[in-house]
Amino acid sequence: MGARAARGADVTTVPSAGPTRPALGALLRWPVLAVAVGVWESAARARGSVFFPPPSRIVRHAYDLWFSGPVSHLFLTDAAFDTIGPSLGRMATGFVLAAVAGITLGVAIGRSRRAWALCDPVVQFARAVPPPALVPVFVVVLDFGTPMQVASIVFSAVWPILVNTAEGARATDPLRLDVAAVLRLTPAERLRYVILPSALPRVFAGLRLSLSLTLILMVFSELLPGTENGIGFLLTDAQSRSDLLTVWAVLVLLGVLGHLLNTGLLAVERRLLGTGRKT
Amino acid sequence: MLRLDSLSQSYGEHRVLRDVSLSVPDGQLLCVVGPSGCGKSTLLRTIAGLLPVREGAVTIDGTLVTGVPDRLAVVFQDYGRSLLPWLSVRDNVALPLRRQGLRRAERRAEAEHMLERVGLEASARRSPWQLSGGMQQRVAIARALVVRPSLLLMDEPFGSLDARTREDLEDLLLEVHRTDGATIVFVTHDIDESVYLGDRVVVLSAGPDSRVARDLPVGLPAQRDQIATRGLPEFVALRAEVGRAVRAPARAAVLGPADAEPEQAR
Ligand SMILES: Nc1ncnc2c1ncn2[C@@H]1O[C@H](COP(=O)(O)OP(=O)(O)OP(=O)(O)O)[C@@H](O)[C@H]1O
Ligand SMILES: [Mg+2]
Repeated sequence: MGARAARGADVTTVPSAGPTRPALGALLRWPVLAVAVGVWESAARARGSVFFPPPSRIVRHAYDLWFSGPVSHLFLTDAAFDTIGPSLGRMATGFVLAAVAGITLGVAIGRSRRAWALCDPVVQFARAVPPPALVPVFVVVLDFGTPMQVASIVFSAVWPILVNTAEGARATDPLRLDVAAVLRLTPAERLRYVILPSALPRVFAGLRLSLSLTLILMVFSELLPGTENGIGFLLTDAQSRSDLLTVWAVLVLLGVLGHLLNTGLLAVERRLLGTGRKT
Repeated sequence: MLRLDSLSQSYGEHRVLRDVSLSVPDGQLLCVVGPSGCGKSTLLRTIAGLLPVREGAVTIDGTLVTGVPDRLAVVFQDYGRSLLPWLSVRDNVALPLRRQGLRRAERRAEAEHMLERVGLEASARRSPWQLSGGMQQRVAIARALVVRPSLLLMDEPFGSLDARTREDLEDLLLEVHRTDGATIVFVTHDIDESVYLGDRVVVLSAGPDSRVARDLPVGLPAQRDQIATRGLPEFVALRAEVGRAVRAPARAAVLGPADAEPEQAR
């Protein structure tokens, strides 16, 4: 059943990606990016369209908007605190709640044959629903505002974590469970020393997928009426004012933010899993 | 006293052990040999309370074994997988001591002491996966011995070691057995080893439905020596007898009785 679930993989499962990236990849990444930005820059200048400002102006604008603050504020402006702050807060709250719920339920479902049999169809169904489609439901239940936004984030981000944790916990080497029994570990110790570490690579695979979903849902939920701040709100607001430069700056900001968060998560993963560990 | 009374085990329809009765007095070092797949690991897993008893009974000092018994330690056949790669060598060895209510520093000290005994004090802080197979095996043995078990089950623990390490560990085991006096059930496929180590050698017949084919006391002097003991006429005779018992069905079926000779000459 695990194999079938893994093969029917959609966005919620990834093959465990090795944390080591070859040096060649790192060397190739930057020239390609530089060339892409260069082409974009010259094309945008040649066209001179207000809808497609050159990247240099976008970056300059982003800098003026958010990163020209005083040193004491880490160069962040008040506007940065007002837009990026609330968004990151929602993301962090949603992500942490999703991680806690996903890992807890995932271990419970993964370790119990009966719970797996009961929950698997529900989980498969729930994770198949495109997350943004659920936002209107949360709007009805919770009304507009931060609770609704956090709820949409949690409800979409929880599935990849849950499914991956459950599969990871289920795949715990039976010999290691025998070892735990012979060493007379308590259930809590067994969880801490055997099951969780076995599932950890899969847990992180889930967390990485969830992190990108969190970013998407954060922006999406902030696009809805009833929002007063946040990155998504700034996006709609700038659009309604035909302030294309700000729209572009927001897009760049989102890209950078997503990249930074992912890098941070990878660093945590590398620390926890070690580099040469074989399970 | 460990007792098996008409123990039968099977995995579903697949019958493994049939009517195995044994009693192992306290402090005995019992070696179990038998052809591959005859159910040696199954026997140990049953004694360890990891497999429910199908038929018959396993008792330790008169109490029925239903779960993992107290003061039991096991060295698993697949020792590499039995270590936890996310803990250091020292923490792997210290893990079973949590049951004994020791403080962290005490657990670590005990673990380091045990690692010293198996000659791995220098690797205490490394990860199991950074060690060679033989070193991992010694970690698994240290983890079993650290709780000072009264019943120690070992499943082909020296199977993949080079001759020298193997001899050292055999002598270490004999020394531990002399000083700590644990009851040891030692599974091996090496006939020489079973006679060298054991106070007694039990031969299981080939499966399915394997039984106790031979039950031989080893009358060798308690103080054993790798060179001298293996040269004793009694040792050679016993080895031949165990060898014949292990090969019995195969020999009867395909070869002639002359098959016993190369065993003796070896
Ligand atoms: N979990 C299991 N499920 C089904 N059959 C099993 C299982 N474990 C072992 N068996 C079967 O039971 C028989 C005995 O296995 P066991 O591992 O006890 O043999 P063994 O004597 O330890 O062999 P070896 O010397 O190769 O380690 C084998 O035929 C094996 O195929
Ligand atoms: Mg075996």
